[in-house]
Amino acid sequence: MFFRGHRLLHAQLLCLATLTLFAGCSSNEITLDDLEAAAAKLDKANEENAAAGGEEIPSPTGEVAKTDTAVREMLNVEKPNLKFGFIKLTDCAPLVIAKEKGFFEDEGLSVEIEAQSNWKILLDRVIDGQLDGAHMLAGQPIGATIGIGTESPIITAYSLDYNGNGITVSNEIWGKMQENDPELKKPQPKHPISAASLKPIVDDYKREGKDFNMGMVFPVSTHNYEIRYWLAASGIHPGFYNEQNIQGTVDADVILSVTPPPQMPSTLEAGTILGYCVGEPWNQKAVVDGIGVPVTTNYDIWKNNPEKVFGVADQWNEKYPNTHIAVVKALIRAGKWLDEKDGTGKLINREEACQILSKKDYVGADVDVIDNSMTGTFVFQKTDVRPMPEFNVFFDNQASFPHYSDCVWFLTQMRRWGQITESKPASWYAETAKKIYKPEIYRTASAMLIAEGKVSKDEFPSADYDGYRPVTNEFIDGNAYDGRDPIGYINSFTIGNKEDSTLSKQ
Amino acid sequence: MNWRGKALRFCEVTGMPMLEPFVRLAAGEDPKEQLAGIAKYVLLPFVAVMIFLAMWSAAAKTIVTDSGQLPSPTATWEAGKELIAMHRQQRSDDAAKKQEKLMSAVQFMADGKALERRATTANEADKATLLSNALVLKKKAVQAANYKPTSAPTFVDQIYTSLKTVFFGFILATVIAVPVGVLCGMSPWFNAAMTPFIQIFKPVSPLAWLPLAAVVIIWAYRNSQPGETFFDKAFLISAATVSLCSLWPTLVNTTLGVASVDKDYLNVARVLKLSWSQKLYKIILPASLPLMFAGLRISLGVGWMVLIAADMLAQNPGLGKFVWDEFQNGSSLTYARIAFSVIVIGVIGLVLDRTMICLRNLVSFGNSAAA
Repeated sequence: MFFRGHRLLHAQLLCLATLTLFAGCSSNEITLDDLEAAAAKLDKANEENAAAGGEEIPSPTGEVAKTDTAVREMLNVEKPNLKFGFIKLTDCAPLVIAKEKGFFEDEGLSVEIEAQSNWKILLDRVIDGQLDGAHMLAGQPIGATIGIGTESPIITAYSLDYNGNGITVSNEIWGKMQENDPELKKPQPKHPISAASLKPIVDDYKREGKDFNMGMVFPVSTHNYEIRYWLAASGIHPGFYNEQNIQGTVDADVILSVTPPPQMPSTLEAGTILGYCVGEPWNQKAVVDGIGVPVTTNYDIWKNNPEKVFGVADQWNEKYPNTHIAVVKALIRAGKWLDEKDGTGKLINREEACQILSKKDYVGADVDVIDNSMTGTFVFQKTDVRPMPEFNVFFDNQASFPHYSDCVWFLTQMRRWGQITESKPASWYAETAKKIYKPEIYRTASAMLIAEGKVSKDEFPSADYDGYRPVTNEFIDGNAYDGRDPIGYINSFTIGNKEDSTLSKQ
Repeated sequence: MNWRGKALRFCEVTGMPMLEPFVRLAAGEDPKEQLAGIAKYVLLPFVAVMIFLAMWSAAAKTIVTDSGQLPSPTATWEAGKELIAMHRQQRSDDAAKKQEKLMSAVQFMADGKALERRATTANEADKATLLSNALVLKKKAVQAANYKPTSAPTFVDQIYTSLKTVFFGFILATVIAVPVGVLCGMSPWFNAAMTPFIQIFKPVSPLAWLPLAAVVIIWAYRNSQPGETFFDKAFLISAATVSLCSLWPTLVNTTLGVASVDKDYLNVARVLKLSWSQKLYKIILPASLPLMFAGLRISLGVGWMVLIAADMLAQNPGLGKFVWDEFQNGSSLTYARIAFSVIVIGVIGLVLDRTMICLRNLVSFGNSAAA
């Protein structure tokens, strides 16, 4: 709150009012009448002050439209007390920042955010209403809506961030990869590093009849599709899903299994898995602790790929539409704050964000582990530290907008690996994306923020944007992705399910 | 009974033999004998603890892996102090926040009124908007005035939550186990009917019950909104898991206690022609109390142990969640905090156990070694 002038007097008046407020209170719930009485007292004090020659005390909230400002409709929030879930990863930052920086409070929301132990519990709690919403893997609302695992419609109107993951292998596997590719022995090998040097190692394991195990965080996680993409791009088969095999290990050269993110480093250290794909800080932790080497980041696998979203149950959104808009407003401001840059393009708020995230009730890891990636550098090895200003993007490049094409990409990968068991026509992909991604809510929220002067119009997609990002080939294998042609995209891969091409016309 | 006798009885009932030598010493009994008692019950444990701390310190220096190290006793102590300090800090922050919210409530109210005043002079189009905005502001004022702190539960909060959960679950288990146990003890037929359930369910691990308890409770709460109900879902799931595991020792011990009531007592009941209820309340229950309480003591211990595990698995609020969250944090302070939690959990377990011993001794008719 900003007191503009008369701070002392003002505070005294308020104190007086609040103290008397309690005096007449019989129950512990304060009612409108109590407040009316208190406000009347304040008005009276104001008048007396004015009569004594003082000037009118300005309002600190700035909510009062003065005679010269336009009259705006305000949001009527249905549910002010909310509880959101998150997993201890740096990309929960928008939620944490919206709370800590008071953006939620500005919208009249008091929000508790609670760490969850794994993605499954988090999703179940959103479905059964224990949580109002949560920091989710982009694939979770999609998987839940179309019924991979628990079936229950979940929607998203806000994308939390782009990028932010890495693939790490154990020291031993890294050593063998270096044997296979002398380039990797350099202190600063050429990036991106593909899985080509890993293939002979995996083949050896197969010959010896041993499983080559790698970890990812959830069956419908970005990490699962990324590590599969990376492996398959070099001809290593990560295994198909089918109706009987929900572990996704049919024809697999590499056995992928689920491990909760915070346990990744210790599982790698224990030798249960030989590598993993996970979000930050868990790749940097492997470097800091000297137990593994990050070989690539998902920025190299697909530049500016969607990572986490803010998901809520469809029912919740129907019940509390204004609350949802208020939450998205706060998140947009948090995302913008996180990506604030100075003239030289340096991210100015990330240091503070790292300090906040390192609190034990949020991410809780040590600051120096968190700020590696958050402040735009990524440590691959002690000798190989690279600036990666776009390792975590929260707002720039329309990162927070729920693009339909991002949803369609996940659907194509779900079909490619057989999580979606039947063939679907191209139209199904577009319709499903419309069911889950809700840019209209995002646009309502951003329009309000623009009207309030908190953001500018050019930070958002133009009004005629249809939600499909331009065709891009910035993938590790250079394969172009066009969200309007999902069937063609699925058929463009060497490893993966194939569709009948007539489906793309339907 | 003089003061000495009373004090000795107190030591015996509360299960604190370490106080006995001091009482006897004060009463002027043979000092030599009492000093031996003091050495045995006070000095020796103290020395043992010191040796343990020294070994722990030494171990902390050697057990260092890449991803963490065993915390030393001093680090643990520091972590504990810090946790308590954090709790205090959080409390004062919350209070300050509440005060601030109250102030802004008054301000919102004033703003709302200002808008209403403006509405009286505004044109027709703006009037409706101004009035609805005034309403929104007033609503915001009420919300702000009734602000509940949204900070994450502190370590001390988690201790309270865990204690509440364990007692609720334990009482639930007792309410079920004691009547069923009495019936099993009194009727061999009923006992035979119950035996398969007791035999099959008793060895099941608590954590296997958890998902099933969760399914049942979520089903029971399917039509209610969180916050509307008296109990939280998470609280009930933990409590139900505690109940399902701490049922069995009470049940089995009660059955045994009731079944092994002295035949002479029952014959006396027959001679006196006591009714069934008189027989139950005057003879069977009092005679089986010591064993029943022995069962309750084991139950509470099991319940406390299970609760921590259940909290860890289900991520329900409580000490278990605290430990698990800390483990997930993986920061440099993590292990010290976990070590401190372990000690706190142990101390609470000890206090609970002592309380039950004390209760058992109170109902044991002076024969504290009965069970």
